Amino acid sequence: MSPARSSAYLLHKSLRERAFSAFRKASSPLLATFVCLPLLVVIAAFFIGLTGEEQRQTLSHLWEFVIAEYVWHTIVMMVGVGVLVTLLGVSTAWLTTACEFKGVRWLRWALLLPLAMPAYITAYTYSGMLSYEGIVQRTLRDIFNWSYGDYYFPEVRSITGAILVLSFVLFPYVYLITRAAFLEQSRAAIEASRVLGLSPWKSFWRVALPMARPAIATGLTLALMETLADYGTVHFYGVTTFTTGIFRTWYGMGDPLGALQLSSILLSAIIILMVLERISRKQSQYHNGTKGSQPARPFKLSRGKSIAAFLVCFIPIAIGFVFPALQLISWSYDQVETWLSPDFHELVKNSIALALLASSITVMVALWFCYGKRQLKTTWTRISVNLASTGYAVPGVIVAVGIIVPFAWFDRQIISASEFLFGINPGLIFSGTIISVLFAYLVRFLSVSIQTIDSGLAQISPAMDESGRILGLSSTQVLGRIHFPLLKTSLMTAGILVFVDVLKELPATLILRPFNFNTLAVRAYEMAGDERLAQAGPAALMIVVAGLVPVILLSRAIQARHQSYLNMKTPPQKAEEIYEPVNA
Amino acid sequence: MSLLTLNQIKVSFGEQVIVDSVDFSLEEGDIGCLLGPSGCGKTTLLRAIAGFEPVQSGSITLADKLMSSPAQLVPPEKREIGMVFQDFALFPHLNVGENISFGLHKWSTGEKSQRVKQLLEYVGLEGYENRFPHQLSGGQQQRIALARALAPQPKLLLLDEPFSSLDAELRESLATDVRQLLKKEKITALLVTHDQQEAFAMADKAGVMYHGKMLQWDTPYGLYHEPAHHLVADFIGHGVLIRGSVIEDNKVSTPLGELNGEGISINSEGEMVEILVRPDDIIIDDSSARRSTVISKGFRGAHYLYTVELEDGSQLLCMAPSHHQYELGSEVGLRLNLDHLVVFPAGYCEL
Repeated sequence: MSPARSSAYLLHKSLRERAFSAFRKASSPLLATFVCLPLLVVIAAFFIGLTGEEQRQTLSHLWEFVIAEYVWHTIVMMVGVGVLVTLLGVSTAWLTTACEFKGVRWLRWALLLPLAMPAYITAYTYSGMLSYEGIVQRTLRDIFNWSYGDYYFPEVRSITGAILVLSFVLFPYVYLITRAAFLEQSRAAIEASRVLGLSPWKSFWRVALPMARPAIATGLTLALMETLADYGTVHFYGVTTFTTGIFRTWYGMGDPLGALQLSSILLSAIIILMVLERISRKQSQYHNGTKGSQPARPFKLSRGKSIAAFLVCFIPIAIGFVFPALQLISWSYDQVETWLSPDFHELVKNSIALALLASSITVMVALWFCYGKRQLKTTWTRISVNLASTGYAVPGVIVAVGIIVPFAWFDRQIISASEFLFGINPGLIFSGTIISVLFAYLVRFLSVSIQTIDSGLAQISPAMDESGRILGLSSTQVLGRIHFPLLKTSLMTAGILVFVDVLKELPATLILRPFNFNTLAVRAYEMAGDERLAQAGPAALMIVVAGLVPVILLSRAIQARHQSYLNMKTPPQKAEEIYEPVNA
Repeated sequence: MSLLTLNQIKVSFGEQVIVDSVDFSLEEGDIGCLLGPSGCGKTTLLRAIAGFEPVQSGSITLADKLMSSPAQLVPPEKREIGMVFQDFALFPHLNVGENISFGLHKWSTGEKSQRVKQLLEYVGLEGYENRFPHQLSGGQQQRIALARALAPQPKLLLLDEPFSSLDAELRESLATDVRQLLKKEKITALLVTHDQQEAFAMADKAGVMYHGKMLQWDTPYGLYHEPAHHLVADFIGHGVLIRGSVIEDNKVSTPLGELNGEGISINSEGEMVEILVRPDDIIIDDSSARRSTVISKGFRGAHYLYTVELEDGSQLLCMAPSHHQYELGSEVGLRLNLDHLVVFPAGYCEL
């Protein structure tokens, strides 16, 4: 090769490389902006609402008629769910951490089971169980020989019912995070309070509980965000909140701007919650000042107390999982026709295909972000990753509204341009197609896969890359022979988590799905809405079975962490280090 | 009068015996110390005294009251014991003043703040009431932990490796400060440590534990100079065991020549024994006829610690001022300066 040619080759290569690296640097912020598009639209709507005269009128009109009611109901829901999930979550976390009783090992993971239940499914099973024709009232009538009108029975389809359903489905968030905090508390802090004269019970109130406060706040925030985001339960139980309001403004009144403005109010509530949680997490940095020692030894409970403790933990599991699951099974059992109908098979196929597609896209985008963050290490990339992860906090309804408005606008532009240029109407390309549904899933669930992949990537130290390169691998070979084998499990986990989340997702799918395109979640919702509860059984049951997968993954991850904790606990054999043998 | 008495204490976790038949007692106002390598059961013993571990046999009595026995376990909060933990275990959500007054139940607010002031003065941290634990250095946290433990005027203070998380310099000065404070306040205390220097600096009485057994409970002087057990000699200070044989009562023949000592009785002619020789028992004296070869040396600041080999191959440790150096391989003369002989039966290294 002549010198001239080789230098041209080098120049060419460096140009190509430079272009690629510029692309890589720009890609994360661009992608993040794209992912945040729905959010930006909603935020923009908020400011538009403050400026234009007409817009201000819409907003004040909304205020006058509906917002006060939405705010009131939302506050009642938040307070009710907040108090209940805290009570349920903290008491179960404390009992399963600090006490030793029969069945506690089983309860520790069974308390996660309600997470497998989407709230809207639990809601409609209870609506079935507690209705006039439901098993509870039927049994009561049989036993006491009552007939219609002889007795009072509370109406489950009410705001109280919605609070109860959401609380029993969401308390595992508080349980999970608080229990982790209790486990991390040093035994010494609890014992110090005992030596200073506190009984075990008082020591819980004055030491363990205050030290776990930041963790409780985090769990509570998650539960409250889910409450704010819930659409299925409140809609089914006839409670008007922001989510149902956005739906109604959108469909019932055909008012996209109104829907966007309601969304922006809901979004600000969520942002406030997130900020509060951040503040409490800042505090927790010093709150866990003395950790790392052994966890406290559990108290052995007497027989009577054991039974009481078991019941305190089991009743929430029964209400949050066992009863609804049994009801679903009993409904599905009678639905032989539904199970066999081609319509149902179509539904399953649709749902699985959609979930698979969404999870592969999401995992690939997450990989791109994670590698960008690992290799570029610029502030912009870091900010981009954080921005791209905000979608998890945004209710599906808001994401959907934030997507459909700009997508519809794009489509209108494309159609008019194409008609002008070619005289053809290409139809809707983005809105009302599978593309907008997939995009909504990407926005919602990107954070789940970024977190999973990021923690997997953190296990691969840069020194491993370097030793791979020293041992003669190219950077691509490093990816194939070192990263991929180590990252496989994280990628799988991320994929599964997104897959299941997509199967369960309701409001965004409901708004964005193409005409006549149904999924299991949509079918379950529609059947239940039409009072054909039993026919909704098979679809709902399949969602719950899929929902069990992440719960199992989660409990296994916790088990593994606990195991490594126990292994660390055995005292190191360092007698030799501590004193020198005589014949030194 | 003994304040704390342990009688044949046994603690086990399942099948595993952690503390085995331990006896000792602590006089009122004394500072006791449990020494031993990690995993020897000393911390478990301390926790049994605090009431965190039940005992499988024996009894623990504090101020003539039975605290622990297989049939009875007074809970920790009823024992009137103070305890300083290894990682201090200050409550991170409470400030210094609230931490110190945590155990002052039924005290009025005025009395509480009075007591907090007094204790902060004792530990030399006046005016720190409103700080939070994370704003304090390790040494300051340690002092607050001590103040918190002393606040309710406990009958007995337990300290679990109280200085182990501090750096070496701080450790020594704090150990001296704490001893002075405890003595001034006439507080009975029991300390757990694996650091013999700490034990020597603090304790009136100390015990060496090994595999759950108490090998010897004695004064620090006694542990060093009259170890009752091979392993005590091994654990405390530097030293070497050399072989010898008993020639007659109070006389042994060793590679260092014939040595005289009291209390050696002969069972059979030529019985093999081991004699403890500490570095301070040997003086390097070039005029001495006992010759040896330097085979290794370690710098200890003021001294070099030499390992020397005698003609028969047995090795000894000795010290010499560091400004007077001997090269490896050089020959030095040794002189013995043995006050008394510490003799163990040969080959006795089992428990």
